[in-house]
Amino acid sequence: MTNVLELRGITKRFPGVIANENVDITLREGKILALLGENGAGKTTLMNILYGLYKPDEGHISVRGKQVEIHGPNDAIAQGIGMVHQHFMLVPVMTVTENVMLGIEPTKNGLFLDKEKVAKRIREISDQYGLEVDPHAYIKDLPVGIQQRVEIIKVLYRQADILILDEPTAVLTPQEVEGLFKIIDTLIKSGKSIIFITHKLKEVLAVADDITVLRLGKVVGSIDPKEATTEILASMMVGRDVSLVVEKQPAKTGEPVLVVENLLVRDERQHVTVRGVSFEVRKGEVLGVAGVQGNGQTELVYALTGLLPLEDGTIRLLGEPIRHTTPREILERGVAHIPEDRQRHGLILSFPIHDNMMLCTYYKNPFAKGISLQEKSIFSNAEELVKQYDVRTPNIYVNAGTLSGGNQQKVIVAREFSRPIELLIASQPTRGLDVGSIEYIHKQIIKKRDEGAGVLVVSSELDEILALSDRIAVMYKGQIMDILDADKASKEQLGLLMAGVQLSDKQKMK
Amino acid sequence: MTTTTMELSATAEKRQRISYGMTLLVAGLLIFLLFGLNTQAGVNTTFGLNVAGSQAVEVADFVVPAQLTVNLMAAIAVFAGAYQLARGVRSTGWLLGILAFTFVAAFLTWAAQDKSFNLTGMLGSSLVRATPIALAALCGVISERSAVINIGIEGIMLMAAQTAVVTATVSGSLYVGLLGAILVGALVAGFHAFLVIRFKVDQTVSSVAINIFGTGFTSFISSRFLQKATDTLNNSGTFPIISVPGLSKIPVLGPVLFENNIIIYLMVLLVVVMHIMLFYTPWGLRTRAVGEHPKAADTLGVNVYLVRYVNVIIGGMIAGLGGAYFTLGSVGRFDEIMTAGKGFIGLAAMIFGKWNPIGAFTSSLIFGFADSLQVKLQILRVPIPSEFLLMAPYIVTMIILTGVVGRAIPPAADGQPYEK
Repeated sequence: MTNVLELRGITKRFPGVIANENVDITLREGKILALLGENGAGKTTLMNILYGLYKPDEGHISVRGKQVEIHGPNDAIAQGIGMVHQHFMLVPVMTVTENVMLGIEPTKNGLFLDKEKVAKRIREISDQYGLEVDPHAYIKDLPVGIQQRVEIIKVLYRQADILILDEPTAVLTPQEVEGLFKIIDTLIKSGKSIIFITHKLKEVLAVADDITVLRLGKVVGSIDPKEATTEILASMMVGRDVSLVVEKQPAKTGEPVLVVENLLVRDERQHVTVRGVSFEVRKGEVLGVAGVQGNGQTELVYALTGLLPLEDGTIRLLGEPIRHTTPREILERGVAHIPEDRQRHGLILSFPIHDNMMLCTYYKNPFAKGISLQEKSIFSNAEELVKQYDVRTPNIYVNAGTLSGGNQQKVIVAREFSRPIELLIASQPTRGLDVGSIEYIHKQIIKKRDEGAGVLVVSSELDEILALSDRIAVMYKGQIMDILDADKASKEQLGLLMAGVQLSDKQKMK
Repeated sequence: MTTTTMELSATAEKRQRISYGMTLLVAGLLIFLLFGLNTQAGVNTTFGLNVAGSQAVEVADFVVPAQLTVNLMAAIAVFAGAYQLARGVRSTGWLLGILAFTFVAAFLTWAAQDKSFNLTGMLGSSLVRATPIALAALCGVISERSAVINIGIEGIMLMAAQTAVVTATVSGSLYVGLLGAILVGALVAGFHAFLVIRFKVDQTVSSVAINIFGTGFTSFISSRFLQKATDTLNNSGTFPIISVPGLSKIPVLGPVLFENNIIIYLMVLLVVVMHIMLFYTPWGLRTRAVGEHPKAADTLGVNVYLVRYVNVIIGGMIAGLGGAYFTLGSVGRFDEIMTAGKGFIGLAAMIFGKWNPIGAFTSSLIFGFADSLQVKLQILRVPIPSEFLLMAPYIVTMIILTGVVGRAIPPAADGQPYEK
């Protein structure tokens, strides 16, 4: 068996950081190599080097035993290397055909685009690999699962036989993930080799032939998937033993904290994104809101926290209605909000940690007296919280932007949890965090639940929803498809609901 | 999907139907009140269809009874409005067409009652006056399709206009002047491209600087040199009218379309060529991809920076041609700030035309029509102050920019520098 691709001694330095250090990677022909690592471990940098988007400082790349220089995407494509990017590289206002042909356009009479030729080729590729797609559809009209097929077709159209899939499952429903795995299987059978980049442990075990784990830019080791378990992989990724299961007692629920009825919300572009949503969150329970991103979860949270006005329906917080209520009033009634985008909405990155630690109470005692801020209590508050929530930072005076994602999230959690709260709204609380930080944040959320707060967790990671929730609501196209008890819900049921399929009674029984 | 969605879209549709219907009704009433009541009974309006000195076959002028025509227009508008309210027509294009036609026709009939109004002449001068606007719009289209904003077209046109007249006068050849203008356009646009692509200077700031520099520089050269040596530096003559054999003999259409100078023909040619290039060639596909999602283009091996340089510079050359029109195509000498905002109106035409060459050309014609109407009305001595009439093209610009025809969506990456 030959190695189609070898990376040897790849080192890439950015100002102040070493993104990759002496990385060796081997891809065997017709096999799937899983490249596993936390965010920031250097997976994407490495693949961008391979694809010619970055230039390595040291090391070399061999394709089929021959050392090659890759200076740009064109060189990579010429070597048969194709990349499916994590954020799709598709032009939404163009058709599938136009997107596929971009860069290597065949012409009629040497001048005009030959779209029919490309469309025909796309149909051939579709048939060969089971990648069904309409060549004349516009990208903006296609669901993400199909868009991903277009990305794969783009790569195959360029006759790549080494495919790099960068976090391909991040935006898919469980059913779409199944479909993707089938496609990967077909690709392998027709002789392609695949590098599969992910941080999801179960997927790695499901598809990989070889596993290489990266941590902090270095290769930690390679392991045979037959010998690997999720626990082994997790500790390789993090560098210590981690608990992947959130331990929690059964919920002791009390009266409702939040009651939402027939909520209708429009987003900033006036599209109705939440239509007729009703649910309640009780004291001492976690209600998880599952769903593929962009099904109205963001706007739901915005409406609950006063960031978007209600179009229709009612929200009651501890019995009091919320309507034309400012975000500050909502916070003062005991709502803590961990926003979806911590860098834009959760923190002011160019402010020091001590100021970020009091952003929602800066105007009150003991942080302010009259018109002046009380530095002494601001500093002591921050010192205390940094210690209590284990924020890894040189001191409290550095800007929040200099912290890692996990520590930024800890700052937000520390700030929000430092005041008395009745309801916690956590939106994508662990997105992009390393396994260690995820474990910590999850523990904190469960702790708040056990202290008697109502918790609403919105997440597109099903594993997270299942780990935290007592009840699970699934959102699809702005509506709640169903609310299930977490201990009775299965991944398959949730996956169907996330795809907009109503469960029959039989499916519910399972 | 759900009842709520359907109800929502139904109310939106109803609201739109009512607002269009009401607009037409009001327009019909306005036509009657403003023009119908002020038109004398029993007089005729003559619409001239022949242009003096043209090769076209002569045809009889179009004579209509003034009051009857105006009231007929009012009736059509009211009827269309009532029909819209009752039934609802899906095509908003038709409604706007009826609105514009009835209003303009009634207005002209009223303005020219008991007199003669040369319709063919006005259509011809609409095209002529639309030419610099269309060239500016095309410059904007090609540049913004690759996501580089260039609002410095006004400045580029001024500099090109001046260069054209000086090089043409000195060399004695209008074509050398034309080439000079195109070259200056390419240079200035190239400089803009260099600043915003290489150094990621804010695109608006850079192009505003070009406008300020263009105005100041040309005014300085003009007052310091040109005015003192008009004959040796600032007197080039203009391009001759080229009549297309055969076609120019067609009545009405002939004088409008086929008796023009080279710059006007080039402009029309450019509209067609750019449309084909943009939508049917690899270069166009790459341009549009770079304007919408440069990263995607980059990952497929398209050189984003190169595409932007090329497009901005070609845009500059087109603006240079537009500049040459002011001097070589029109009056044969340079006057300070002679572009009079045509570069900016061109940008409005680009937006109104939804970043499409043909759309941009069509909207330029509307602006050209407004401009030429204004001139004709002054000649007719319509009882409207001439200052108001002079405002016409700019008022049309503002009305259109505030969104008569819905929101136009620019290329997604428009104005954003590309970072690898």
